[in-house]
Order: sequence, then structure tokens, then C-alpha cells
Amino acid sequence: MEIGQSESEFAGVATGVVAELKRKANQIRLSAMTMTNHSGLGHTGGDLSSADILATLYLGGVLRVDPAHPKWPQRDRFIMSKGHCSGAFYSTLAARGYFPSEMLKTFMDPLSMLNGHPDRNKLPGVEANTGPLGHGFPIAVGCALAARMRGESWRAFVLTGDGELQEGSNWEAAMSAQHYGLDNLVVIVDRNRIQQGDFTENTIRMDPLAAKFAAFGFAVEEIDGHDTAALLARLSTLPIEAGKSTCLIANTTKGKGVSFAENKPAWHHGVPTKEQLVMAAEELGLNGVDDIEVCL
Amino acid sequence: MSAVAPVMEKLYDCRDAYSQTLEAMAAEDTRVCAVVNDSVSSTKLKTFQGKFPDRFVNVGIAEQNMVGVGAGLANGGMVPYVCGASCFLTARSMEQVKVDLGYSKWNVKLCGMSSGMAYGELGPTHHSIEDVAWTRVIPNLTVIVPTDPVETASVMRYSLRHEGPMFLRISRMPVPQVHADDYAFELGRAPVLREGEDVTIMANGVMVSRALEAAAKLDEQGVKARVLNMSSIKPIDKEAILDAARTTRGIVTAEEGLMAGGLGGAVAEILALHHPAPMRMLGLPDVFAPTGSAEFLLEHFGLTAAGIVVASLQLMEAR
Repeated sequence: MEIGQSESEFAGVATGVVAELKRKANQIRLSAMTMTNHSGLGHTGGDLSSADILATLYLGGVLRVDPAHPKWPQRDRFIMSKGHCSGAFYSTLAARGYFPSEMLKTFMDPLSMLNGHPDRNKLPGVEANTGPLGHGFPIAVGCALAARMRGESWRAFVLTGDGELQEGSNWEAAMSAQHYGLDNLVVIVDRNRIQQGDFTENTIRMDPLAAKFAAFGFAVEEIDGHDTAALLARLSTLPIEAGKSTCLIANTTKGKGVSFAENKPAWHHGVPTKEQLVMAAEELGLNGVDDIEVCL
Repeated sequence: MSAVAPVMEKLYDCRDAYSQTLEAMAAEDTRVCAVVNDSVSSTKLKTFQGKFPDRFVNVGIAEQNMVGVGAGLANGGMVPYVCGASCFLTARSMEQVKVDLGYSKWNVKLCGMSSGMAYGELGPTHHSIEDVAWTRVIPNLTVIVPTDPVETASVMRYSLRHEGPMFLRISRMPVPQVHADDYAFELGRAPVLREGEDVTIMANGVMVSRALEAAAKLDEQGVKARVLNMSSIKPIDKEAILDAARTTRGIVTAEEGLMAGGLGGAVAEILALHHPAPMRMLGLPDVFAPTGSAEFLLEHFGLTAAGIVVASLQLMEAR
């Protein structure tokens, strides 16, 4: 899929479905920002860049999961390797029905089930404890190998940051994915081009990222990580190539949807004020303070 | 007491008991699989690979990935045995061991092979004198140092029944059989290999047979030494330690690794909090070992029957 293709060009994805997913993604954005406002800590930039991907996976019917039975053995595994974007992740899980949205109000509170980084032993729907970077990819490789060993058809998805790929463990995992031809493994890179301290390319050059994954034997596609129709179409027809692991480099904007946060390294872990929440709600097309209440 | 007298002529490589038991378990239980980092022969898994190629994963020389893959396999319902030289398995992947196993509580079994100073001649890069200290402090991680082939096989069998991450420290140094054939490992229990009321010797791994030799020598001098096999490092047998503190005149610990954080440290923690008692620790002080054969290095650090005898007598004289 070409970046910039209009959503109407993707046949088979109903316009209404896409519009609803976009609205849900924006609710996830506002919810995550509200949680970060509550806790005084969080990762707004990455929450906003990953919201469309998360919404499409969980609310667009891509992942075969059952929130009523979070440990259903045949479920697809989704590993949120960029565990620091827990605000968006938790909001998505709540929206999918894993736990009541009311719980989001306890984000990072003492003894809350909603740690700053996800804990599988506390929260239903969390497949792996992540936070330190470079852990999710190897775990997803293990999941994909398990499905194969058991002769089962479920799949392993992992969402990584782009700065996260500076950790060598990811490339160890990529080598093993290629070697074992794990076409039940889908790696999605949230390519927002910003890490904690600066733009990725100023920190340590990542490009050409697609070529790197291709050289590691992945079937790679770049995709607009905010084009819901394109995401839905692509994620609904996997793998890209039989016998190869899939890598989707989702080109995103850090802080997407909120003008004051967009593409600004300082918003990697910026904390919005109440006033900024109201501004964000307006820009996201939500109903101001009322929708903040809805999201939480 | 379940000990049999050590038959010093016949020595065993505990890796054989580990790999043969793993093969037997894999034949009985389709969840059992193995993950290695290139070292197929030093982990003695060639036969396993031949018998169960679909349940054998070689990730290459990539220990972080190896432990993460183990966590993912466990997520998918398998019971992975993640095997590699202990020096690399523990140190290279420590954050994965902490986060993916300890914190996450995935049911993964780490088999640290050729631990301690077994790779003596290769030098401190390949010695694994720190592994017990490193793994012991990670919450939720069970740590076992089996002593002989019987216990190694029993620990392997136990590990499949145990839900949760474990670190099994398996030596390649030849050791005699000290447990009876029908011995069954119990988590958190220190088997009494020899009764005695003068002094207690607590050892594990390759040091247990040396402790029994030392006890025999002490007996010739009229000193009755109790010998405990402290294979279960975590959880540790607190009651056995306190009983030794109460009913004998002191405790000597002997281990093939750093005393700090190791068996010596673990026993000292219990004694300091609950029943201070005279103690001597045998093991490595805060140094890297020099180069030499494993036997040479054990001798160098006094990790011998003679060294245990001296420490025991000093402890009793100090009283």
C-alpha cells in the first residue's frame, strides 16, 4: 500500500467501520492523556502514535481474542513491547472489554493493577511484562514457535517502538524468526521517529529500516500507521508472504492528533494539563470534558 | 539419612543424567521442549535434537533472545528447558531472567551448564562463580544446585511438576554418587547425608562428596560432623539451618562459587536474623579465580576435604 492512498481506495472496508475505529482511536488518545494527567507520569507521544494501530488490532477484529476468556489457549498473542505506552494499551484493552474502563482511573495509583508498565499477572489481556525495551520481540518469536510445535493456527503479534530497535535483542530475535520461517509472526514498528532524547535519526541512524528487516528475511511493507482503512486491510490479510515473518513499518507521527504534542521530542513523556486535555479533546473531535469523562 | 558411601572410583558427569532425563520427559510430555544457544554438544542435547527435532530450538549465540523465546514458548503452553553454559546464560541475559522469568513468573527452566569453575583452564570469562548470587536475589526464581547424577535426575523430574521459573546449576565436573538410587529431591529440604552433633557442614554441587570425605576424616579425630546437602538454595531449608545452629557447635558452608550472595551468604542471612552461630565459609572471596584445571582451582581455594576439615576444627577451637 502506498502511503497517502485515500481510504476509499481500499475495497471491502466499510466507510462506517473505519470512521468508528478512528473515533475509538481518538477516544484511546484522550483516555491515555487523561490517565497521564492523573498520574503525572506517562508517555503521551507514543500513546498517540500507536493508538490507530492498537484500535485496529483490538477493535477492528484483527486479533482473534476473547476478553471473556483471556487465557483461551487458541487466542492470538499480542505483545506490547513498547510497554511504556501503557496508557494507550490499557485504554484499548478496556475498550475491548478486558476490564471496566472505570479501572483506568487508577493508573499508577498505589497498588493499582495498572502499573506504569504492563503486568500480565495483574491485568487480564496482558500477555507479557514489558517496559525494558527489546523484550517483546523475542517473546513473540517464542509464541510463534509454540504455536508451530503444537500444530495450532494462532498467531503472534508484537508492537515495537522504533528507538526500541536499537536494542540488539530485537535483531537476535529477527534472525531466529527468519531461520524458523515463522510466518505466524507479525512485527509492527511504530515508526514515529522520536525517542526519549531526540529524533531517532539524530540519536543513532535507523534508516533504511525496511531494508534492514528485508535483509533479515522478513516480508516488509511500509504503511501509514494512521490510515485506519489501510491498516485494517493489511492486517486482515496476513501473512504478506508464506514462509516469512511479516514486518509492517507503520509510519506514524509522535503525538498524533494533538497539535501541541505532534512531532515534538519533549512530548515523549510530556504530561498534559487540564487545559491541554480540553484542547486535545476539541482537536480529536470529541466532546470536550464530557468525552474525557466518557473515556475514563 | 539417605546417603550411600561415596564410591570414589566411579565418577559421573551430571549432564548425562540431566539430558537423559530431559529426553525421557519429552517422550512422556509433549509440552517439553529445549532451547539452546549453539552449544548443542556442551549441553549434551544432540540425542534430544535427533529424537525431538520439532521441539528443539537453536537460537544461535544469542542468550537474550534465548531466554525471551523461552518465555514466549511458556506463554504458548510449552515447558521450555533453556540450556547453555551458565556463565553466558545468566550474565548475558540477566534482564530477561529478571523481567521475562522472575517478574513475569513464566514456567521456564534455565539449565546453567558447566557452572562454577568447571571451565577452569578457560579463565574467568568462562567461570560462573557469580550465578548463584545473581539468580538467588531475583524474586520468584527457584534456584537448585544438584550434587550427583541421582539428584540431578530427580531435580529434572521435579522441575516439570513445579509451576514457575527455575535455575538449575548443573556441573560438568566428575562427581561420585552420594544419594541412594531411590532418593527423591524435595524443594526446600536439605537432606542429612551424615548425622553428627559437633559441627555441621553444609555443601552443594561438587562440594558435597568432599564434605562427606571431610566428615569421615573428622570422625577419625573424634569429631562428629553432620553433613547437609544444600541443593535447594532457594527456597532454603531454614529449619535445617536453625537446627544445626541449635544442636551443633557451628556451621561450615562449602560451595564452588562466590561466598557473597551464594550458599554462605544465604545461610548467614538466616543465622543473623534468627539464631547467630559460629560460622566458617568456604568458597571464593571477592576475586576472580586464576587459570588452571577445575581440580587445581578447587585446591587453590581450599575447596577440598582437607580444607573443610581445617575450617571445621578452627570453628570448634574458636568456641
